[in-house]
Amino acid sequence: MPINVSGKTIETDEEGYLVSRTDWNEEIAKEMAKIDNCDLSTNHWEVINFLREYYEEYQIAPAVRVLTKAIGKKLGPDKGNSKYLYELFPYGPAKQACKYAGLPKPTGCV
Amino acid sequence: MSEATGGIHMEEGGGGKIKKFLYLNRKAPYGTIYALESLEVVLIAAAFDQDVSLAFIDDGVYQIVKGQHTKGIDVKNFSPTFRALEGYDIEKLYVEKESMEARSLKETDFLVPVKVVNAAEMADIMQSQDVVLSF
Amino acid sequence: MLHTVNKSPTERNTLESCLKHVNKGSVVLLIEDGVYGALKGTTSTKMVEQALKNFPIYALYPDIEARGMQDRVIDGIKLVDYSGFVELAAEHSSVQSWL
Repeated sequence: MPINVSGKTIETDEEGYLVSRTDWNEEIAKEMAKIDNCDLSTNHWEVINFLREYYEEYQIAPAVRVLTKAIGKKLGPDKGNSKYLYELFPYGPAKQACKYAGLPKPTGCV
Repeated sequence: MSEATGGIHMEEGGGGKIKKFLYLNRKAPYGTIYALESLEVVLIAAAFDQDVSLAFIDDGVYQIVKGQHTKGIDVKNFSPTFRALEGYDIEKLYVEKESMEARSLKETDFLVPVKVVNAAEMADIMQSQDVVLSF
Repeated sequence: MLHTVNKSPTERNTLESCLKHVNKGSVVLLIEDGVYGALKGTTSTKMVEQALKNFPIYALYPDIEARGMQDRVIDGIKLVDYSGFVELAAEHSSVQSWL
């Protein structure tokens, strides 16, 4: 199902993930969030940008357990926990944040 | 697998005993799909808290060589993903000395920390597992 | 004739068999996992160096680079890109793919 961002049509798969990772920009992330009725705050962006850096380095989207631990290491224990991340991304921090970050669904998530 | 089950145990007769899994990699990285398939299974199975080891023998040692650049063949370079395994608590990576030396490779040629063992030691490692998955 | 080999010499005997069946005027091109046959210091290096005395051997550079083998190629093996591959195929009357 394609989404429209600043006059351009961007291809996404049936679950809303980008078909081509190179299409990504911040406007697309905001548009995807809007579809989910989610307003992206600085805290959301912190996680989205973290995921993009993680993918750049390791070429995969991390499992939620790995994401939580890695966030804790980088941003501190008050952010590296499930409660905090699920509050930001109620559909699941790995799934939802990966979508906004333009990444594929984490390996192992159905 | 739902995200909420990130750390479930595989129930075995109600005991939930942690089993030893060895992923045995024998193929070079891009000529066939085995290497990538193995890595994907490792990542998926990492959600089940098991005792996981990876072994690289024969051409499998080529999977973790530094300096892979796949733009020219238009295939995804999955070698950086081996460095993510530590974050998945997978830290036992064994390379067989004989296989490494037959290919003129040294421990410093690998992009992740590995333990180099000889064939007899590798045989013992295989023997000590509950499950060996061969790729 | 152009002979192409796409299997690793440490997994199959494809390269060994190919090298035994190359006539004068023919050339060998290593592609895909076949490029592991182009490396220095391995168990197949001697055989390849011996063959190099009789006919040219080429290796496809994008496959070398993908596998991180840039600095390990035997001196005397010529590296080609995809257009070089096409030229070799065009120069020779036939191509035999060793699988």
